[in-house]
Amino acid sequence: MGPRPSPGRQRTFRGHDVTTTLGVLFDGIAYGMLLFLISVGLSVTMGLMRFINLAHGVFAMTGGYMTATLASRYGLDLFVALPIAFVSGAGLSLVLEATLYRHFYRRGPLDQVLLTVGIIFVATAIAIYVFGSQQQPIRIPEVLGGRLDVAGVELSRYRLFLVVVGIVITLALVFGLERTRFGARIRAAVDQQTVAAAMGIRVDRVFQVTFAIGGGLAAVGGALGVEVLGLDPNFAARYLVYFLLVVVVGGPGSIVGTLIAALLLGVADVSGKYYVPGIGAFVIYLAMIVLLFLFPHGLFAKRRAR
Amino acid sequence: MNRIHRIAVALAAMLTLPAAHAGDTIKIGIITEMTGAFADFGQQMTTGAKAYIKEHGDTVAGKKIELIIKDVGGPSPDVSKRLAQELVVKDDVDFIAGFGLTPNAMAVAPVSTEAKKPTIIMNAATSIITTKSPYLTRVSMTLPQVTSPLGEWAYKNGIRKVYTAVADYGPGIDAETAFKKTFTAAGGQIVGEVRMPLTNPDYGPFVQRIKDTKPDAAFVFVPAGESAVGFMKAYAERGLKQAGIKLIATGDMTDDGVIDALGDNALGVITTHHYSAAHDSPENKAFLAAYAAIDSTHRPNFMAVGGYDAMALIYSVVKQLNGNIDPDKAMAIIKGAKLASPRGPILIEPDTRDVTQNVYVREVKRVNGKLMNVEFATVPMVKDPGK
Amino acid sequence: MSLLKRSDHPLARRERWKLGEIVFWVAIAAVYFVFPKSLVLASQILIAGLFALSLDLILGYAGIVTLGHAAYFGVGAYAAGLLAKHGWTEPVSGLFIAALASALVGWLSSFLVLRGGDLARLMTTLGIAALLYELANRASPITGGVDGLQGVEIAKVLGVFGFDLYGRTAFGYTLVVVFALFVVARAWVNSPYGLSLRAIRENPVRARAVGVPLHRRLVTVYIVSAAFAGVAGALLTQTTQFVALDVLSFQRSANLLIMLIIGGTATLYGGFVGAAIFMLVQNQLASINPTYWLFYLGLLLIVITLFLRRGVVGGLLIARERWFLKRAAR
Repeated sequence: MGPRPSPGRQRTFRGHDVTTTLGVLFDGIAYGMLLFLISVGLSVTMGLMRFINLAHGVFAMTGGYMTATLASRYGLDLFVALPIAFVSGAGLSLVLEATLYRHFYRRGPLDQVLLTVGIIFVATAIAIYVFGSQQQPIRIPEVLGGRLDVAGVELSRYRLFLVVVGIVITLALVFGLERTRFGARIRAAVDQQTVAAAMGIRVDRVFQVTFAIGGGLAAVGGALGVEVLGLDPNFAARYLVYFLLVVVVGGPGSIVGTLIAALLLGVADVSGKYYVPGIGAFVIYLAMIVLLFLFPHGLFAKRRAR
Repeated sequence: MNRIHRIAVALAAMLTLPAAHAGDTIKIGIITEMTGAFADFGQQMTTGAKAYIKEHGDTVAGKKIELIIKDVGGPSPDVSKRLAQELVVKDDVDFIAGFGLTPNAMAVAPVSTEAKKPTIIMNAATSIITTKSPYLTRVSMTLPQVTSPLGEWAYKNGIRKVYTAVADYGPGIDAETAFKKTFTAAGGQIVGEVRMPLTNPDYGPFVQRIKDTKPDAAFVFVPAGESAVGFMKAYAERGLKQAGIKLIATGDMTDDGVIDALGDNALGVITTHHYSAAHDSPENKAFLAAYAAIDSTHRPNFMAVGGYDAMALIYSVVKQLNGNIDPDKAMAIIKGAKLASPRGPILIEPDTRDVTQNVYVREVKRVNGKLMNVEFATVPMVKDPGK
Repeated sequence: MSLLKRSDHPLARRERWKLGEIVFWVAIAAVYFVFPKSLVLASQILIAGLFALSLDLILGYAGIVTLGHAAYFGVGAYAAGLLAKHGWTEPVSGLFIAALASALVGWLSSFLVLRGGDLARLMTTLGIAALLYELANRASPITGGVDGLQGVEIAKVLGVFGFDLYGRTAFGYTLVVVFALFVVARAWVNSPYGLSLRAIRENPVRARAVGVPLHRRLVTVYIVSAAFAGVAGALLTQTTQFVALDVLSFQRSANLLIMLIIGGTATLYGGFVGAAIFMLVQNQLASINPTYWLFYLGLLLIVITLFLRRGVVGGLLIARERWFLKRAAR
């Protein structure tokens, strides 16, 4: 059905305002950015270490709970809490890597699945014990509340903030990978692990630090996500599907791939729910199946040689 | 084969549970959601039940009251039915209670009938549940019961155009039907409706659609707890209040357990429900104190009251039967039972075994620094219109 | 003339029933007499075991990873439920029809699933199951949605055994069906056809080079696995006389995978042992501590995966081999 002719200057798309369409698009992008922030760590870990860390959502939860607790108990601002969340996520990653994960690099994917599912269960139970089973309240800073008029479209300030943070982090990651020595080491370890080790690159250290960065980013994503996605002990299990979705569609190991996949899926989900609410929940799975059919190894598949 | 031997013995030990039924205990099996996405339901119900026991003592008519709590983990009717069967066959319970979710209650109905065990629903809210077995009764509420008065109230207070948005499952559809019925009967107009997926991370798109349709008010039903918080966030974020679109809902939106998490966005929201922590009565004060004595960190909500009143009903039955629980005599006492609940007076209808109670119209206000659902109108003794 | 006697042929040796296996099945049958109050749990463990066996066929033997096997379980469950609700209450024929329905869905989805790498397959299977879940929810006037299908009544098995409160008929019925299907699976897996599946899992390129029709075999095993899963689902519906949306949930697929990993893949018995351990531990822990049992279950999973490298049954088999080797070395 084409646009209905309407008097006056209003342009329409499928009978809705263009401004509405732009608004929906923006919402999808913001939602996608959030998914990206949380999932990028998982993508790098799966691409780099070939480790299926289903418990990735636990890092996000750590960031979320850290931020919510700091805000409610010590009145800390979100901006101050974010770096602390990063540190907590990175710290937890290092601990888990040292104690458990490193024994599983050579084990098959099934063993990794069992281990990380066990970790999800343990983390969920701990969260119920410490924080209780209900939703965590969060207060966002005044400056981020409310709406902003951008070229006639009303956008949520908080979601704008999400998009900005997402872009900044993407740029930082890509710059870090392409321009720094450490980034070069990561790329070497991903592309040719044995040769890199032979060249004197401490591959195990690279793993550790990369894992920590991924966990820290997930924690930041989790902290930012409390306002949009909510936070309760089931967070890690409930959103696992979405993180995996984004990583697999984007191509494990590729930052840009994860970003584009996250944006695509975010927009698909939001516009599906807006324009065809009857099948709204379907759309993201349909989109995923179609994308995987077209790109069986992900949008930006990394070809790895050992 | 030592290892196999050990494993076999361990397995055998696990399959046998102690099943001694001492003649001087009344056992109550509670099947509820203690983990998973609905863990909050179970926590509220069981703490409410324990609060009643703490307040009134654990001995009635010379018999000791024992609670056996079983976690059903979420909407798992096969597990629920199995737990009910085990409670009957192994633990030899006198009463079955609990059920935060409808499917878990529905699956148990045949067990209640075959084993003749009085089964008390503490929360599940779909109308037809109590019709499934003559041994089923309910102390919570039904969605049509608490929703119908809202339709009339809305029209009487100047709301003419409403957009309905409900969660896409039994209670949600019940609420939508009940609201539409009474609202349109009063003369109002439904300008849009949507059914939202039950597990839904982001309510944004649905709320945006409501905003773009520009109704006078949005009628919303989502399960109490995390969904309500999520919806409220979207409602606030999109600026619907500023756009003049009121939010009217059942009490599930602003239940006392999560109302703090909603924050100031919830101020002014009008809801109808059967219980508010702000209800001014001696029974409610006693209930709140008893609950706080067991759990001082969480605020009790209507589900806790369901647990509390279920115990009140059971205690009343045990007392009147002098500790000898005959299922049919128990049901005869339950039918027509009247209780002074923390919510107000309740009556168990003799013909349907469902609960009849006051429905209050409330507004969210800040009272003594805390957010409360302040009751300002009462619709007395509403029977479940769903039957 | 072959140097080996026919009965010494490796495949024939595999086909013979070992003492441990006979003990296993006799012990299960004995549960009827030894634990008469736990028959409902026992039959649900058997159903989960059958479901896990169906996953083992594709995962353990053919190497296909899936996170959406509940799709076929759910199709079978709803098929049996809808049949019963609309008048077809005979259970055994209901099982056949349910198996056909899930085999059909399995065949249709094989076009999407048997493409691409492992990870893509993981997500595609998950997506298919999620779509079916939403579809069943949309169709709640037909399926009953989240609240479940009402009015499922099952006639007596063979006209004699009605489903009772103690779960006696449920247990017997389930045991017979599961054992029958197990025998079929076992024979299939130990046949030359079954060996070719293992070849495909180990080295698809080489298998194709040897002349194994790769794609056809994978499609066949996928369809059979879907049928088995469908029977498991139908059994659950028939023995509980109820079916609701949770049969299609991600939770079910995930739990299934966990059960199979715990027990060990490609051992045929791993599914049953894993299902038994998972459900028994969950049941016991949940009785002791309804709120925090998840913590202990998580710990158990971590411990199992740290120390039992190929699952419980796999670990047992390794231990047995070491024992034999030690004996031979003496």
